[in-house]
Amino acid sequence: MDSKSTSKHIGVIGAGSFGSAVANILAEKSDKVLLHARTAEKAALLNETRESSGHPLRPNIEVIHDIGRIGASCDVIFPVVPSASFREMMRTLSPFLRPYHILIHGTKGFDLSRKSTSSEDPVSREDVHTMSEVIQQESSVVRVGCLAGPNLASEISQGKPAATVVASQFDEVVQIGQKLLKNDRFLIYGSSDLIGIELCGILKNIIALGAGSVMGLGLGENAKALFISRGLVEMVHIGKAMGGNAQAFLGLAGVGDLMATCSSNLSRNFTVGRKLAEGKTIEMILEEMEEVAEGVKTIDIIRDLSNSFGIRCPITETLYRVIHRQITVEEAHTYLMKFPFRAEIDFLD
Amino acid sequence: MRKNKVRYSEIISKTREWPIYQLSKNRDEFIREVTDESFENFLEVRKGRSLREELETTVYREKLRMKANPWRVDPADEKDFWSGIQHRLVESEGLADSATNEQQILRDIIIRYSSEIAGNFRKSYYKFAKTFVTFGFARLLNAARVKGFLSLFSRQLDLDDKIRIEGEPEHIRQLAQKGTVVMVPTHFSNLDSILIGWVIQFLGLPAFIYGAGLNLFNIKILAYFMNSLGAYKVDRRKKNPVYLETLRAYSTLAIKRGCHSLFFPGGTRSRSGHIEKALKLGLLGTSIEAQRMLYQQDNGEDQKIFIVPTVINYQFTLEAPALIREHLKRTGQERYYEENDEFSTSYKIASFLFKFFTKGSNISVSLGRGMDILGNYVDDEGNSFDKNGNPIYPKDYFVSDGQVTVDKQREQTYVRILAKRIVEEFHIYNKVFASHLVAYTSFKMLERKNPKLDLYHVLRLSEEDLELDYQEFKKCFKKLRKQILKLEKKGKIGITDHLKNKADEAIKEGLKNVGMYHARRPVIHRKEKIIVQDPNTLYYYHNRLDGYGLEKHI
Repeated sequence: MDSKSTSKHIGVIGAGSFGSAVANILAEKSDKVLLHARTAEKAALLNETRESSGHPLRPNIEVIHDIGRIGASCDVIFPVVPSASFREMMRTLSPFLRPYHILIHGTKGFDLSRKSTSSEDPVSREDVHTMSEVIQQESSVVRVGCLAGPNLASEISQGKPAATVVASQFDEVVQIGQKLLKNDRFLIYGSSDLIGIELCGILKNIIALGAGSVMGLGLGENAKALFISRGLVEMVHIGKAMGGNAQAFLGLAGVGDLMATCSSNLSRNFTVGRKLAEGKTIEMILEEMEEVAEGVKTIDIIRDLSNSFGIRCPITETLYRVIHRQITVEEAHTYLMKFPFRAEIDFLD
Repeated sequence: MRKNKVRYSEIISKTREWPIYQLSKNRDEFIREVTDESFENFLEVRKGRSLREELETTVYREKLRMKANPWRVDPADEKDFWSGIQHRLVESEGLADSATNEQQILRDIIIRYSSEIAGNFRKSYYKFAKTFVTFGFARLLNAARVKGFLSLFSRQLDLDDKIRIEGEPEHIRQLAQKGTVVMVPTHFSNLDSILIGWVIQFLGLPAFIYGAGLNLFNIKILAYFMNSLGAYKVDRRKKNPVYLETLRAYSTLAIKRGCHSLFFPGGTRSRSGHIEKALKLGLLGTSIEAQRMLYQQDNGEDQKIFIVPTVINYQFTLEAPALIREHLKRTGQERYYEENDEFSTSYKIASFLFKFFTKGSNISVSLGRGMDILGNYVDDEGNSFDKNGNPIYPKDYFVSDGQVTVDKQREQTYVRILAKRIVEEFHIYNKVFASHLVAYTSFKMLERKNPKLDLYHVLRLSEEDLELDYQEFKKCFKKLRKQILKLEKKGKIGITDHLKNKADEAIKEGLKNVGMYHARRPVIHRKEKIIVQDPNTLYYYHNRLDGYGLEKHI
């Protein structure tokens, strides 16, 4: 009666820039990697050109469009699709998943089951889900993990040294992630605080967007360092309210990732912030971008959540007002310089 | 009326075919099996500590226990045994074969523990105990209800007139024939063990094994009943890893052998009146371990283990004032202090029983739907289904690379998932009585009226602050009831019929029953006022409806 799987293929879902980078790393250690592309046309194109988002694909990567094949022939699957389409992808994949499957996702964003209807009834924690929660809601898979850390895809693809964190409540998942991904240019750390690590990856996008705007205004490195420090405190406060531990935010997936994203033009969220400061509207910026900047959506969600938790998130609130054109970027930073922040490191207790 | 009553036949009519009977028949062999299993497990889970170190700690702790907390039920040779072990340990130190010696010592300790834990089910005892409980309760009931001496022989009223079995009894009977049932009830009162025992035999199920505190065996008459009902002994004084491992192995192997099992996952009775939230994971883990072991056996057919959450609901709990006092003392520390203690014993128990049988206060036992070891619902055939109704094979939870594998850390995480599911089910199968809602409404109104006070100050409000306007109370009651009905519609809670009556009637019914036993009624209705007389006890009963997010609506 029971189903068995003995296949050794590894699956990656999402042939965007990070998905392709992950597939390339996996292909170094595994016989065969199946990379799932969103459309049949894209799969055909990638197979033909052997190049994805500017990165050459290793020969043992097969790009496919049949999601059922991923479920049937891979025990370990890495879903790396934007948060907005993650649940839908899981619903398609779910019929092919069994409790023996291991899913390690690399998506840094939230899934929102309900939009805020009024300030009376703001979005609450029950309406907001991390990707690991979506996986567990939509399928019978329990062995779930996530990848988080400074993962600038183009650098990884170029073979520059990097590291990531694999987080899961299951030691088994962390070990498998390490075994499959580790090589001499790519270090893998483990963590058992799945939710904390996921939140690090999500919340840093807000701060990266803000840091981008600081740089766009030409306020200088001192101002950026100030902004990032305050941002980290805000991340910890929200993270703790949502069920994570402060420790996660001080490691590679927290501070490490924050530094990488807040100082790089390669980061999409940073770029959004920079362009906002240059006077572009959010619609124009998103139109120009090839891939989604998760930070924009995250700002809306966290603003609502902080209301329902009753915690103050001045940075998120200010960025929200900038995005929704209630104030200008300049006004935002003038306001933040006046805002009385309390002791910066009281989150450690 | 009697004709309409449901009567359940025994699912296995021959007692000698019951798994528990088989277990006790092969008691020695079973003890050997438990010993081997815990021996292997213990050596495996030591986590780097040397065996000698473990043994020395065990001896030290046991000697301390014997000195600090001896019980009448302790065996006479206990001192000699542990001195002997210590002697052997000292002697073997430094010898060439000390490792073998230490292992033999470990084995001897485990044999002693497993023989002590092992239950002693006896068919004849069971039959007697069963008749005694049913007959005795029924006689009391008739004597109290149907007046006159002859009523002692009346068959007009049975226990099942007082105890309503709800939920899925037929489903559970089916499951008990397809696999092994592990029943996990909520725990509020000392009455629970007897009550559940009665429910099990009423449903026609074979006797369940369950862990009972060794202290209860101090009392001879209780020991007799415990033994005959299939209890195994749990000694809460012994917290050393060797003992705990033996206890785990006992439960795991008995479940693996198909003995239906019962334990209160909350550990002890709920002190606060809350539905249990933090469950004891140790014993719960044994069902997951047993299931994995069964899947490891290659005998073609997979035997399944079913978890059945059960919620017991009383209008009132005998021990409520004492329990809540203990809870408040622990949580409030210096902010909580007692005023007076008028709690006495035997007379109150007698009057409790009398009130229980005479007043119209019922007990409901809601049997939840069966679940597999990861908390997926199962159908009558025992097949598991996921949240979307797709079939699922629990064996896959233990599979890595196509093989069933042993991964203790994985199983520990599964236990937490299962515990969470059980708590969810407890909330779903909880049944709201009018008395619960009356308690909840009045206590929450007190809190709302005094937003600046913390719990301990609310409990110490002066008399004039403990009055609520009846009309206002009724308005809140109706508002909350509406929310509860909404929850019920979504299948998130159960309600009793009388809650649906007109508000005034439902409130009257609730007030009549809330804490009806206690010397001082927690809350009463006088003229146009609702008067809170005992905030502590009221707090206890109000806690029953905590965790549903109702506080937002008042």
